[in-house]
Order: sequence, then C-alpha cells, then structure tokens
Amino acid sequence: MNLKTFSRGGVHPPEHKLSSGLAIEELPLPEVVVIPVSQHLGAPAKVIVDRGDQVKIGQVIAQSEGFVSTNIHSSVSGKVLKVDKFMDSSGYRKMAVQIQVEGEDWEETIDRTDDLVRNTVLKSEAIRKKILEAGIVGLGGATFPTHVKLMVPKGKIAEYLIINGVECEPYLTADHALMMQRTEEVFAGILVLMKGLGVEKAIVGIENNKPDAILKMKQVAKGSKVQVQGLKVKYPQGGEKQLVQALLKREVPSGGLPIDVGVVVFNVGTALAAYDAVNKNRPLIDRVVTVTGKSLEKPSNFLVRIGTPVSYLVEKAGGLPGDTAKVINGGPMMGKALSTLDVPVVKGSSGILLISEAEARRKEVLPCIRCTKCVTVCPMGLEPYLMMSLSEKARYERMESEKVLDCIECGSCSYTCPSSRPLLDYIRLGKAEVGKIMRARKAV
Amino acid sequence: MNKFIVSPSPHTYTDESVPKLMYGVIISLLPALAVSVWFFGIGMIVVTSVSIASCILFEYLIQRYMMKVKPSHLDGSALITGLLLAFCLPANIPFWMVMIGALAAVGIGKMTFGGLGNNIFNPALVGRVFLFISFPVAMTAWPEAGQWMQYTDAVTGATPLGMMKEGLAFKTVGEIMPEVPSFLHLLSGKMMGSSGEVSALALLVGMLYMMYRKIISWHIPVSILATVFVFTGVLWLANPDRFADPLFHLLTGGLMLGAIFMATDYVTSPMTHKGMIIYGVGIGVVTVLIRTFGAYPEGVQFAILIFNGFTPLINKFVKPKRFGKEVSRG
Repeated sequence: MNLKTFSRGGVHPPEHKLSSGLAIEELPLPEVVVIPVSQHLGAPAKVIVDRGDQVKIGQVIAQSEGFVSTNIHSSVSGKVLKVDKFMDSSGYRKMAVQIQVEGEDWEETIDRTDDLVRNTVLKSEAIRKKILEAGIVGLGGATFPTHVKLMVPKGKIAEYLIINGVECEPYLTADHALMMQRTEEVFAGILVLMKGLGVEKAIVGIENNKPDAILKMKQVAKGSKVQVQGLKVKYPQGGEKQLVQALLKREVPSGGLPIDVGVVVFNVGTALAAYDAVNKNRPLIDRVVTVTGKSLEKPSNFLVRIGTPVSYLVEKAGGLPGDTAKVINGGPMMGKALSTLDVPVVKGSSGILLISEAEARRKEVLPCIRCTKCVTVCPMGLEPYLMMSLSEKARYERMESEKVLDCIECGSCSYTCPSSRPLLDYIRLGKAEVGKIMRARKAV
Repeated sequence: MNKFIVSPSPHTYTDESVPKLMYGVIISLLPALAVSVWFFGIGMIVVTSVSIASCILFEYLIQRYMMKVKPSHLDGSALITGLLLAFCLPANIPFWMVMIGALAAVGIGKMTFGGLGNNIFNPALVGRVFLFISFPVAMTAWPEAGQWMQYTDAVTGATPLGMMKEGLAFKTVGEIMPEVPSFLHLLSGKMMGSSGEVSALALLVGMLYMMYRKIISWHIPVSILATVFVFTGVLWLANPDRFADPLFHLLTGGLMLGAIFMATDYVTSPMTHKGMIIYGVGIGVVTVLIRTFGAYPEGVQFAILIFNGFTPLINKFVKPKRFGKEVSRG
C-alpha cells in the first residue's frame, strides 16, 4: 500500500486504543438530560420551549440564531424541567434545557427503519436546508455548523470533499467503530455531502492502524468516485491542514481555510449525521462516544443521547476507577480536562478519557537545552521554544511576525519536550494577546 | 465530589527527559573511552576521573554558593563536559592543569552565562582552549600509545597533523606519509593525539548510537565531515605534493570528536536543520583553512567555537519552512 502522510513535523504517541474493535453499544436512557443551546461554534440557539412543556424525540427546542448557528433538538421525550444555566464541559454555566425522560415518543417525520436509503433526490440547496434544520455540526470536535461549510464562498471553487477518518488521537475509537459498523450509511452520507457541496471527487483518509476500516470502506466505495486512502500513522494527521496536505499535497495558506485550495473537510461522524438528516429525516440527537482509560473496567464505544451526563457514561463503563485524577473530554493530546463528571455529552464529545494520578501529574520544568525537538515536531513549521520565550517576555508583536496564529494547538511541542516545558500553555497565552492586539488595530 | 486535576492539553508526555538524553550521550562516548584507556592506560583514567569530578564539583560549588540556586550538578551535563574535556587533553597532562581547565569550562564556559541552556560556547572547548593558551607545552606533548603504567612520565611524540604541518616546511606530502601511522592505525586510533580523539572508529560507533536513539540528527556531523572531505579533496587534487589526501584529514586530529560530540552540543548549535547545515559547512571550511593555511596543525576547536558564536545569528535568520503561503485575512 502506498502510504501517504503530511510532510512537516508530527509525533507518534502510544496509541492505547483500548476500545478498538468493540461493538457500538446503545446506552440505556438516563432519567434526566441537560441539553445546552450552544453546542456549536457561532451564536447560541434561541430556546423555544418553556418549563412544563412536553417534548418529543427530535423536536426542535432551540432555534438557530443567525448564519453561523444551528438548531438544537430534544434527544428524549418527556417534560421540560427547567430552562436555566447549567455547567457544561467548558466549566462555565451556560443556558441549557433540562428534560425529565418519559417514554420513547419520537417525531413522526423521522424514518426509524433500518432501510438503507442510498440515493438522494434533493438538490444542493435543499440538502443544506435539511442539514441546518437537523442541527448538524462537525463531529470531529470543532463543531462548526455543517451547512455553513457546504456554502462555497464566492470566488472559490470546491473540487474535493475530504472525509476525515484518521482518528489520530490516542485512545479514541468512535470514528473507527462507525466506519466498521455503519459503513453503508457513512458511505451514503459521503454521497450526500458531495451532492450538497457540488463536487465530483471525494477522498476518505484513514490511518493504517485501522486496516479493517480501510478495507471495509474500500469495498463499499468500489466503482464510485469516492477514493479511500490509507495513511501512515502520525499525529496530528487529523488536523485539517495536515490531512489536506497528506492527501493532495496542497498547502492551505496561512490564515486560510481548506476551501482556499479547493477542498472541504468533514469527519466520518459528520457524514453519518448528514445521511441521517437528509435521507432519514433524523436530526442530530445522539453520537458515538468512546469511554476509556487504563484503569477503567469496561472501555466502551457508547451510542449516547445528547445531554446524557458524563457520570452516567462512566458508571455504565464500570464506574470511576479509584486512581482517577483527571477526566478528559476528548483525546489526551487536544482534549479538555473536566472539573466534574456532572456535565452533559454534547455534539462535540468524541470521548471521555480517565487518567490516573501518575499519568496526570506534570513533571518538573527544566531549562530549555535547545535540543530542537519542538522545532522538528511542529507540523506548522513554527519554533515553539522561541514562542515560549517571547511569550514569557510579553513580546507579542514579535510573536505575531513569527506566525503564532498559525499554531493549531496540537500539543506536539509540549508532548515531546524532554525538559517538560509548558510550551503550548505559553503559546496559547501569546495567541490570545496577539488576537487582542490585532482587534485593537482593526478598531482604530 | 471528586476533585480532578484541570490543566490545558496535552495530557500525555513522551518518556524522553533531559537526564535520559544526557546519559544517552555518555553511553555513546563509552566505546571511545574504552579504546583510549586501552591505549593510554593509567594516564587516561587519572585525567578523565579528575576532569569529571572537577566539573561536577565546580558546578555544584558555583550554583550553591555563588548563584545560590538549587544545584543541578547531577543532571548529566557536567559529567558530559568533564568527559569531553578529558577527551581533548593529552593523557599525560598534570592533574592540576585538568582542574584549572574544568574550572574554565564550567565557570567561564557555562555558569557565567546562567548555566545549562544559556551558554554560547561549548564549555569543554572553552576549557581546552584556555589550557592551550595557558600551558602550550603541556598541551602539545602527546604520549605514545601503549604505555599503560606511565602518566606524566610517558614518552611523547608528535601527532600526524603536527608531523604534516612541520614536515611541509621542507618536504612533500609523499615524503611525509611513510612516517605517519598507517590507515588502519589512524582508523583504530593507534596514534598520538588528545586522549579521546584518536579512534575514529569508536567515535563513529558512538555517532551511530546517538542517531539510532534520535539524540542527534545527521545534519551537523555529516555536513562537517563532507565539507572537510570535499574541500581537502579539491586541494589534494590540485596539488598532491602540498596537500594531504582527504582520508588523512578525516581520520586525524580532533575532527571526528569535534564533528560528532562537540559541534552537536544542543545548547550551542542551531535550532533548524537548514541552520545546522550552514553551521556544519562553516566549521568544515574553517577547520581546513586553519589546518592547511593557518599557524596551528589542528583547527577544529577554533572552528567550532567561532560557529558557536554565529549560532544566535543563524537562529535569528534561518527559519524553518512555515506551513502554507501567506494570504491577507479579509
């Protein structure tokens, strides 16, 4: 197999895919769900239900506000207990709808059969409308509203659809499970997205540590215009810019988007959600979440309703191990640490990772010995050691000219530093300050 | 309620650490150390032990009593400085001179700049050049190999490079070559020279180990050695009576030790691969210029120190290739 990968930098952390090959297990309904109205990038949706209302599964409970926004649906049937601020995975209290689960009462318009609908009769515009109505966002973690990405800006031409099946984060296996068990639907979803975008060509990128998924996707894509490409295992290949470069040798410009080189990238989970929305009338009310950790009794791939508390997932995976010191929403490289298990699963939750005390502790910070490892691994061609020292000295203008805003925050520098220096922490600080300076400059 | 640690990503780290890297370098120096003990016996053992002990002690004393910080004398870096300093001294040099060299290496070379990670010049070479200027006679009396029990009383002679430099005043290369050790001896290290620099073979084994462990990349050693080979090759082809052949230049003097272990010092070498090649080519060119046109038979020590001084400039102007072309943001 001809193995492609991105050309600059990258690391290979231990994979620890504990839940690899496990069947997707549908999680029983919890008693209460909390559904935040801001689960996507852009404006929060506007709540349209009230305390005491009865809602059905798939009913819109908060409506899209503005262009970059999307709808939020009830993932359960039951009674609205409260419309209030609840803590979400960011650690802040944000507007959400709390619903008491009662029975399983679905919206009648949803096609709940297992019949595969391969052909989409709808045109591009109608597809985008359905995707907006169904509340589809990028399920790889960035949660950018999908209907916006399907609108090619004036002056740009979309040539390729790229489907991200890389799943380069250690531990996570949700996308792998989808490609193995929902292969036909994922493929049909790719066709939907191609039609929505108006492109003729699509490439699915999958890392070579999932040979079974590569094979299955190749079988289903045979004879179509969808190409399946195995990739050499290297983090952060799932980064949009890295993936586009690995597959097409095209470099997204600094400050630009993949569409600048004729490409739009979606995650495999997003493809499945697009299929559900367009061909089955089913809004985004659940997703596959990997629950994992070395001490966890039963690492799992759960199909979870949006709004289910994280504590419920952990309980169903064998309970919280005694040595847990850190809970990560996402993978170990880019995931966010949670302060409590009492937060809901949202559209962007790809995994819950439990880390022990020994692994969670940061090591003592030693002086930089200029070993060049951070420069060598940076996939964006930046110099993390320099960024950190500039950030410490508050030299933000120089950071701007050194292209700090190109940083994708993949964490390869901090991961690789033999002196355990908090490189990315300081780079983030610098990015925020540079952002402020640039906004101030624009305001003048 | 559970109390969880909350910190920004990443949440996982490599097993690599500064001490592990340092001890990796030390392991890669062991073959050369073994060969040198075999050739120079007790002298090598005394010089090496005194050098290592003094470097560690001076680092401790300076950090503890002058800088008043937590001493880091056991992080492996002082040990490497001590080993490398011993490697570039003759094995019959009096121990008190070694101690002065160690004080110059750690004190002037490293601690004056703020300690590990901040120094501009390679500490071991600072120590060596300090001794070279202070004690020129002791620093150019090279013991003959095989005198196991002799230390300062060892019989001495000239290095192959020294023989070449002096001989060329009145002889051709062709007339000098029969007097210098054979190719096999140059490779194995049976010749006169600084204690640790003699065995090209043992040093190359160390280089391969460091590359295998990914402690160093090929860029610096290969660009230095290739430059010396090409430059001396051109000179040799132009006038084989006046200039020695490239293989002679590769296998003699401190070139291997310098290219593999001194020039690759993390702290004092450039941060990008492109910068490393500029640095390596520069060191190669200056080494050959000093050896063939300068006053000293050997120039690698000066060449490395000069380009150590250029490293901050190289870092400032030689940048890695950034991802993506620039476009103006709407």
